[in-house]
Amino acid sequence: MSGWHTGTLTQLAAGLRARKFSSVELVRALLARIDASQATLNAFISVTREQALSDAAAADRALAAGSAGALTGVPIAHKDIFCTQGVRTTCGSRMLDDFVSPYDATVVARLKAAGAVMLGKTNMDEFAMGSSSETSFYGPVRNPWNPQLVPGGSSGGSAAAVAARLVPGATATDTGGSIRQPAALCGITGIKPTYGRVSRYGMIAFASSLDQGGVLTVSAADAALLLREMAGFDANDSTSVDTPVPDYVAALEQPLAGLKVGLLREFFDQGLDAHNEQRVREALKVYEQLGARLTEVSLPNLPLSVPAYYVVAPAECSSNLARFDGVRFGYRCEKPRDLRDLYSRSRGEGFGAEVKRRIMTGTYVLSAGYYDAYYLKAQRVRQLINADFTRAFASVDVLMGPTTPTPAFAIGAKTSDPITMYLNDIYTIGANLAGLPAVSIPCGFVQGLPVGLQIVGPHFSEARVLSAAHAFQRVTDWHTHVPQGYA
Amino acid sequence: MSAWETVIGLEIHAQLATRSKIFSGSATAYGAPPNAQASLVDLGYPGVLPVLNAEAVRMAVKLGLAINARIAGTSVFARKNYFYPDLPKGYQISQYEQPIVAAGALDIVLDDGEVKRIGITRAHLEEDAGKSLHEGLPGVTGIDLNRAGTPLVEIVSEPHLRSAKEAVAYMKKVHTLVRYLEICDGNMQEGSFRCDANVSVRRSGAHQLGTRAEIKNLNSFRFVERAINYEVARQIEILESGRAVVQETRLYDPDRGETRSMRSKEEANDYRYFPDPDLLPVVLDQAFIEQVRATLPELPDQKAARFASQYGLSAYDAGVLTGSRELAAYYEDVVRELPREPKLAANWVMGELAAALNKENLEVGSGRLPAARLAGLLRRICDQTISGKIAKEVFETMWSEGASADAVIDARGLRQITDTAAIERVIDEVMARNPAQLAEYRAGKDKLFGFFVGQVMKATAGKANPAQLNELLRRKLA
Repeated sequence: MSGWHTGTLTQLAAGLRARKFSSVELVRALLARIDASQATLNAFISVTREQALSDAAAADRALAAGSAGALTGVPIAHKDIFCTQGVRTTCGSRMLDDFVSPYDATVVARLKAAGAVMLGKTNMDEFAMGSSSETSFYGPVRNPWNPQLVPGGSSGGSAAAVAARLVPGATATDTGGSIRQPAALCGITGIKPTYGRVSRYGMIAFASSLDQGGVLTVSAADAALLLREMAGFDANDSTSVDTPVPDYVAALEQPLAGLKVGLLREFFDQGLDAHNEQRVREALKVYEQLGARLTEVSLPNLPLSVPAYYVVAPAECSSNLARFDGVRFGYRCEKPRDLRDLYSRSRGEGFGAEVKRRIMTGTYVLSAGYYDAYYLKAQRVRQLINADFTRAFASVDVLMGPTTPTPAFAIGAKTSDPITMYLNDIYTIGANLAGLPAVSIPCGFVQGLPVGLQIVGPHFSEARVLSAAHAFQRVTDWHTHVPQGYA
Repeated sequence: MSAWETVIGLEIHAQLATRSKIFSGSATAYGAPPNAQASLVDLGYPGVLPVLNAEAVRMAVKLGLAINARIAGTSVFARKNYFYPDLPKGYQISQYEQPIVAAGALDIVLDDGEVKRIGITRAHLEEDAGKSLHEGLPGVTGIDLNRAGTPLVEIVSEPHLRSAKEAVAYMKKVHTLVRYLEICDGNMQEGSFRCDANVSVRRSGAHQLGTRAEIKNLNSFRFVERAINYEVARQIEILESGRAVVQETRLYDPDRGETRSMRSKEEANDYRYFPDPDLLPVVLDQAFIEQVRATLPELPDQKAARFASQYGLSAYDAGVLTGSRELAAYYEDVVRELPREPKLAANWVMGELAAALNKENLEVGSGRLPAARLAGLLRRICDQTISGKIAKEVFETMWSEGASADAVIDARGLRQITDTAAIERVIDEVMARNPAQLAEYRAGKDKLFGFFVGQVMKATAGKANPAQLNELLRRKLA
């Protein structure tokens, strides 16, 4: 790392507090990096330059006055799925191209309250539906390690921005792997917390029972810091859980020796790229050397997770996206003839192909006569998978395995075959179906492309999972690698 | 016996009297300018989430306990998906497979005095939709979302009702009950209390139900009765001509007094119900249910039974007087002043007072004539200061001028004449003025007694004490 402004979030926060540099200086430097990278990476949908500079100036005054919060002056970006008051919030869709949110999502408000400075809104798969960030109305995001490749998705803009050190941290959401998979493909750290740990209020819903906000950062320590500030009960979200948020930063150094690690047999299957597997096995050896005890465990119902997910998620999305009807906000077609025309053309023109595919799938599986065969059965599968995890956590502390079957793939390689695309989430979906916290951390490279190691813990074990990731990062430097041209 | 039997089930929608909406903090007051009471949640904005109003749950439990229903330990909100401009989210949050209240009943009294138990399948919580506005908006449709998200409890009866009259009696019973429980203001003009009627007919003695039509959105008792009667006649005519009734949704047109087709079963929406993932199941423990039970008031049937036994009233009178909590309270306030005259009080409350209120479309709670004032009037009847007939005139003045009975009686000199000598003096005059009639009476024409009573009353402007007058006159004429 060459530039002072490309340090980790923890380093930058400390530098600001020590007044080694000002927030305005830092924000200016990063805005310049964003501008320089935009044509290549397309990581941002909106850059909030003026607001960022004025917030940074205010942060500098607070730092000078000694009234700074944990993140005062620290630049971050928000995935464009989080509503930001007075700022365009598109969710990567033409449908919301002109939508300026009248309110802040709880996550946005909390990070604002902690002093973070938003630099902009990151690009993403339309309505978070995708695993490659190619379905965005604003064009595909490109992987900083190789612009011919996808960064993963749906939080590809946030992942690319952090990997290219355009921001030290960014918010993201994970419905089936949308934080962990891009983290793996971009060589950074990402955590999807326990369902209910982070408020969903103001996070535009894709599949409500699976969606969970989290963060993408360089290191687990950074993730701990950001997550600590944004997690916690929110009365505006009935599914958020009212349990205290531990100090994830303070818990980072808890000892790893004796940690019981379960290796998921189902994750080391024939779909896993041999080179990827090698990197993951090497990482597991590091854990053994650190004193972890590895055992193999089996979650027999886990292979059912992809089909179950592709029933539940589309079902919920078909209902969640019904509000985009051209009546009150968002895209409205020209000169509707009548109500039916207003609905069908506004939605037909406002939504992209993948969103429409999922709405149709979801509408189908909820229809009279099909509900039991699909939706109800998928919910039962979900309970089985949940039970599998519960059984596994009776004997191990965390589960480990690969985050994805392969490293990043070429832009356009999977767009014509949705099933292959869906299978990219095969290792990540289980944690969503069971609502478990999971991180992905960089654990090596295959032909110059990063590979991710996934760590899944029991409900509300974020501190445990993050400290396990941190222990690895103390003895390895995979997370410090910066793509060429972005150092 | 008619060849056809009518089968009716009602789905009553009662708007819960919470201050805020069921899933947002917006106010529920009626009559605000369009969209003044629509928050981002009510507007279905991207990213917003519903939060359940605990008061709505408490009210639904109250209803459930009052109809002896089962209160679900766990009930679940579901999404009912359909597109309509006044439905902002594209789905209505309702309860489907697991309602909060199930298997209750209410008793109604039939014309012949027989008591009939009407089963209540379920009652569930849901949010209301907004309104489409057309008036004064040529070429476009306006949307008012003030009502969107207003809490409703939908009370679904079993198909136990056998006539429009029974349906109305049942609906009135529910109407009385929800107002007793103070969970709904019952205002039908404003749509706070309305119903859908499922109507079918079948051959008398048949076991299978006929094909039904659902008549939507009936918001007065009169419309319920007329719509059902029209619909029954329509279905019988169809069946008697050998055709089949089509399952459909119909609308009642009060101007033309008929129902007409809105949409058929084929056009019906597939609502794609599924549990709402934004809301947790509602879990109620016994302690909470008992806590709500402790807040139940004396219920209409209990109160009517008590009135009948405590005040010696007929079942009918007891039923009328307990028709609303306010009326019952008013009656009891009057009786408290006149503990020995519960029947007199009942007659006046149900007679003069009810008529006067009715005429001006006022509620008993309007304060126009406080109970103590009415009791003051009745006291003057009891102590013979005025006759019952004079009392009616005094009542009218009290009603229109807001005066007390004594003030009216004094001001207009209406005090009854109970002085024997004074009454005798008038009788003597009348006898002297009518010698022919006197002779006829004495010759045996008894009917003329009334003539003399009338003459004396006329001469005293009705103030002579009737009982005294009768006695004195009988003696004098003999």
